[in-house]
Amino acid sequence: MSVPGEDGAATGPYTNVSASGGWTGAVRRRAVKALPPAKLLPDTQPAYMASWIYVFGVLTLSSLIVALVSGGLLALKGPGWWHVSTTGRYVNSLHLLSVQLLMFFMVIHLWGKFFMAAWRGGRALTWITGAVCFFTAIGTAFTGYLVQQNFDSQWIAGQAKDGLNAVGIGAFFNVMNFGQMLMWHIVLLPFVLGLLTAGHILLVRWRGIVPPIGATDPAAGGAAAPAARDAR
Amino acid sequence: MTGLLLPGGHALAAPVDLNGAGRYVHWGVIQVSVANLVVIGLMVIVFVAALLLPFPGDRR
Repeated sequence: MSVPGEDGAATGPYTNVSASGGWTGAVRRRAVKALPPAKLLPDTQPAYMASWIYVFGVLTLSSLIVALVSGGLLALKGPGWWHVSTTGRYVNSLHLLSVQLLMFFMVIHLWGKFFMAAWRGGRALTWITGAVCFFTAIGTAFTGYLVQQNFDSQWIAGQAKDGLNAVGIGAFFNVMNFGQMLMWHIVLLPFVLGLLTAGHILLVRWRGIVPPIGATDPAAGGAAAPAARDAR
Repeated sequence: MTGLLLPGGHALAAPVDLNGAGRYVHWGVIQVSVANLVVIGLMVIVFVAALLLPFPGDRR
């Protein structure tokens, strides 16, 4: 049973107008059809989700939120704060630790999904956006190391420039250029990472979590679970 | 160093001294720091624990 308006069709006096055309209405109808509210924010999940391995995705997301918030505070207050004041040093450390936990949880999430073959059942794009998120997060973390403003960042930049020059991108991506690396770290890469993460989560909501390999659907009399069946 | 930053810092200092030169292990062309090796080992342990430990509650 559908709730009025849930299927994307307009209700009330604008019914005919909305259904007739306009790109905003078309986008809305398509979005609501792909991700109705009950699917976008579900309150139940399949029984096989009762496993610790499914927790690491949300732990990764939580760490990313802490990294973004602490990074935002650092940007707001500036280097004079994060290098000198006690609170600033605490937030600076929180930013680093949240990123370390982010990579820790993301790698375990990746291992779990790899051994589940989580690209089954039309979930290839979910897998691909997750993989690109992983590489983008590595780039974001590495550019973060370059903007610590200490001897460590100088040494890392000195080492990295040789590698990047060797592959021919040193002229475009200059790790010795502090301003460029700061912008990559606090603007470009977090923006891309945020977009990819949002897309990844929407794809998870759209396709649902992948069932275990060989799972059967009790409601279908022991037939293969929908996602597993689709993959064949 | 930590003792300068925190009152009673020696008691709170990291169990491993992180201020010295890093220690590395080598397997042919592969070189990895002991610190990174420990983190990789921890990830493997947590991964296996996540697979084996029962999840509390019934989420049906």
